[in-house]
Amino acid sequence: MPDLLIELFSEEIPARMQARAREDLRKLVTDGLVEAGLHYAHAAAFSTPRRLVLALEGLSERSPTLREERKGPSASAPEAAVQGFLRSTGLTLDQLELRDDKKGQVYFAVVEKPGRAAPEIVAEVLERTIRNFPWPKSMRWGAGALRWVRPLHSILCILTTEAGAEVVPLEIEGIVSGNTTEGHRFMAPGRFAVSGFDDYAAKLKAAKVVLDSAEREAIIWHDATQMAFARGLELVEDKGLLAEVAGLVEYPVALMGDIADDFLGLPPEVLQTSMKEHQKFFSVKNPKTGRIEGFVTVANRETADHGATILKGNLKVLSARLSDAKFFWENDLRLVKSEGLEGMGAGLANVTFHNKLGSQAARIERIEALAREIAPLVGASPDLAAEAARVAKADLRSAMVGEFPELQGLMGSYYARAAGLPEAVANACKGHYSPLGPSDDVPTEPVTVAVALADKIDTLTGFWAIDEKPTGSKDPFALRRAALGVIRLILNNDLRLNLSELFQKANSGTDAGDLLAFFHDRLKVFLKDQNIRHDVIDACLAMPGTDDLTLLVKRAEALGAVLATEDGANLIAGFKRANNILAQAEAKDGVEYSYGADVKFAEGPEEVALFAALDQAEAAIAPAMAAEDFATAMGAMAALRGPIDAFFTAVQINSDNEIVRRNRLNLLSRIRQICLSVADLTKLEG
Amino acid sequence: MSNTAATKPAAPRSFQEIILRLMTYWASKGCAVLQPYDMEVGAGTFHPATTLRSLGSTPWAAAYVQPSRRPTDGRYGENPNRLQHYYQYQVLIKPSPPDLQALYLGSLEAIGIDLELHDIRFVEDDWESPTLGAWGLGWEVWCDGMEVSQFTYFQQVGGHDCRPVSGELTYGLERLAMYVLGIDHVMDMPFNDPDAPIALKYGDVFRQTEQEYSRWNFDQADTAMLLSHFEDAEAECERILAADPVDGAGRRIVMAHPAYDQCIKASHLFNLLDARGVISVTERQAYIGRVRALAKKCADAFVTTEAGGAQPEGVGA
Repeated sequence: MPDLLIELFSEEIPARMQARAREDLRKLVTDGLVEAGLHYAHAAAFSTPRRLVLALEGLSERSPTLREERKGPSASAPEAAVQGFLRSTGLTLDQLELRDDKKGQVYFAVVEKPGRAAPEIVAEVLERTIRNFPWPKSMRWGAGALRWVRPLHSILCILTTEAGAEVVPLEIEGIVSGNTTEGHRFMAPGRFAVSGFDDYAAKLKAAKVVLDSAEREAIIWHDATQMAFARGLELVEDKGLLAEVAGLVEYPVALMGDIADDFLGLPPEVLQTSMKEHQKFFSVKNPKTGRIEGFVTVANRETADHGATILKGNLKVLSARLSDAKFFWENDLRLVKSEGLEGMGAGLANVTFHNKLGSQAARIERIEALAREIAPLVGASPDLAAEAARVAKADLRSAMVGEFPELQGLMGSYYARAAGLPEAVANACKGHYSPLGPSDDVPTEPVTVAVALADKIDTLTGFWAIDEKPTGSKDPFALRRAALGVIRLILNNDLRLNLSELFQKANSGTDAGDLLAFFHDRLKVFLKDQNIRHDVIDACLAMPGTDDLTLLVKRAEALGAVLATEDGANLIAGFKRANNILAQAEAKDGVEYSYGADVKFAEGPEEVALFAALDQAEAAIAPAMAAEDFATAMGAMAALRGPIDAFFTAVQINSDNEIVRRNRLNLLSRIRQICLSVADLTKLEG
Repeated sequence: MSNTAATKPAAPRSFQEIILRLMTYWASKGCAVLQPYDMEVGAGTFHPATTLRSLGSTPWAAAYVQPSRRPTDGRYGENPNRLQHYYQYQVLIKPSPPDLQALYLGSLEAIGIDLELHDIRFVEDDWESPTLGAWGLGWEVWCDGMEVSQFTYFQQVGGHDCRPVSGELTYGLERLAMYVLGIDHVMDMPFNDPDAPIALKYGDVFRQTEQEYSRWNFDQADTAMLLSHFEDAEAECERILAADPVDGAGRRIVMAHPAYDQCIKASHLFNLLDARGVISVTERQAYIGRVRALAKKCADAFVTTEAGGAQPEGVGA
């Protein structure tokens, strides 16, 4: 059984795409081979910045012969039908077989599809894979039409047996397959031939290419931690950065440098952000002080001077970057100390937030007013919330945030402390943007919560008022994210807010009903992820009080829990039956049966029992609902399941006695009324 | 590309020597060495030798220095790295040759970067110019962690698919030269030979202009005038393109280049308005959209011309 080795050699593949690409290569090729009737024992895929590699062991030599029989027309069928069959099978009349059938003699075509040799199948599958490769972004180059992530230079494709290696012949847009590859771009340039995977891996290693990204990561991590350790320092773990850096080099060489004393006073987040985003450096910290004191950079080569030139260059770039950062930091601090944080934000009056929504300063004024309104509802001091809102965005005018936008909020909290503002205000500067994504932490500190809500509600109501709502996939102002943020702030903190009222207060030009409906849609999406069915939410949304999301979700959770019980599920069936009978009778009779049934017309014990059960349920449900104890209310409703089932089994609604019939319909109406007082069960599916 | 070359080029000594070596190198690789475009542009890409010539099927190979202006980057000549006026070195080859990476690395060696001692990396960086309706894939090239060039395979320009694809190289000359010459502040960089009878530093040539333009860009430029010039340029661009391609004497002359000049003008006027801080975030998008609309129309016009790859009038469909 031969082994297959494929290498697709190209110009540098973006680091972030490599892991997915090697998995796609493995899957597309192995799926294609298996589909064509080949099988294999083992598959492994690898990637470096310049190559995607697949190694298959134990590939079958050919696909099996397939025999296909097709029944054709009867021997007595018109000539045209026989000709049609011949065309569709590609056979001539003398190649058909005549067989006896129930209705006489019938033509049969027996087509044998001979098995095909592995190289033929491999060539076909690989060509299809290359032409249809699912790169997130691909390109053309030169005068060709082929698309690849960056120009594709060579294809190595060989089958290896004991007898030796054989190139799988293949040509795509002028690239002819072969058995050669290249080593490291700088340390071992030049092409060489390989005879199989082991030979390939060994020669690559000699040519300064570490094929396996996991091995490159291990080398980087090991060397970097050792270097830090030897100096009594500690590498700051960053798995994402490690994977990225391993995708930028074929031959990793870790180099460690010190951050000059001048820069050690910068906030650690500034050092880390600058080094990671701009330079792809790992941070090295002093475990005793927690300060970032050094860095590790990973080069793609060894040099005669042991990396001295490279390290010197990197240090120079870092020091230019950090000089900028330090200049910004010191200027910002000076400004904040003399003018206060509000002073830093003074220029926001000249920054347009949106041409129909005014300047950033106008926006901040609105947020401040709204935060003051919200504060008592979330247990925050209105004055502190207002102060926090006033300064929370001042850092947008700081030089540091101008350079590193991702540090917005965080810098504000540093500057707030430098200006001597209360801790709650400083924390709100940082936290009021949260939660940004579905997995981001939700703030809990009351002042932060008040500002975070005010910020998001101002944005939402503002864009609603100027009719800039999200449509389809377009949501340029991230309004869906803002709404989800509000939802998570409310639910996580168990807040009781009347949203429509807040929307009105925030912006009287907003269609509060429409915005609330948008919130309900977002809530459905959010709760779906928490495994609450959309029809359960619909059943609760039909009830009053949907402004209060905490209440709404409590109701939905309780209903979901009841539906998960046997009683609950059966009760719904009973309710629906009652509701259907009632609806039909009401339509037929042209009246609404809501008059109140009287137990004195009850005939059997089941009917009497249902009266008693309904009285009991009603007595339990009303106070429980008033106390927002949905679990008790739903439990009481579910307890009706037995009496309702028994009633339907024993009693016929339609009686000859019109009084008894009306009384029963009114009884069903009580069932409907009691159940609907808990949630609109008609919205439930199934 | 040999890494064991017997003689490595000596280190250059001045800013201009680096430019001259790049000129010589790319000329030796077959590029037409052009001169800068005589208008204010934000980057070398705006030169019609790149924007327009990357369109259509006609082969092209050009290299040139392009003075570039980015008014918002002005720092009164004080910042060691930032300038509102600087030079880009631009190479455009269509179709992109298969050894473009090797050719590029050769240019680094030509300006004295020893590939045996430095760490050169191609780091993903996709290029997009919303004002030109253009995008491409490629890298920023790092030398020891510093970005020294932008390397792009053009996919679309002015809304047109590039067929064939052009390979574009852009070197930020000041930064690259500062690195090669080991200079920390751009104003300290030798402009001509440091041993010349009149040795000039970059600051001798440009410090005063950086100050003057920074003041004008940020504080003084008359925004009402800039705005009306923007509108004039836009109107003229559209008027030229809407004109009958056949002139009074019966000659077919599509005026793609004069129209494109007006597009460049509009783009630079927008940059000036932006530096004056009078354009809001949302207006910004609208202005960029207006310039892009012009660039697209110019591209549409250019591909109907002979240089743009169209058959001469009367031949073909």
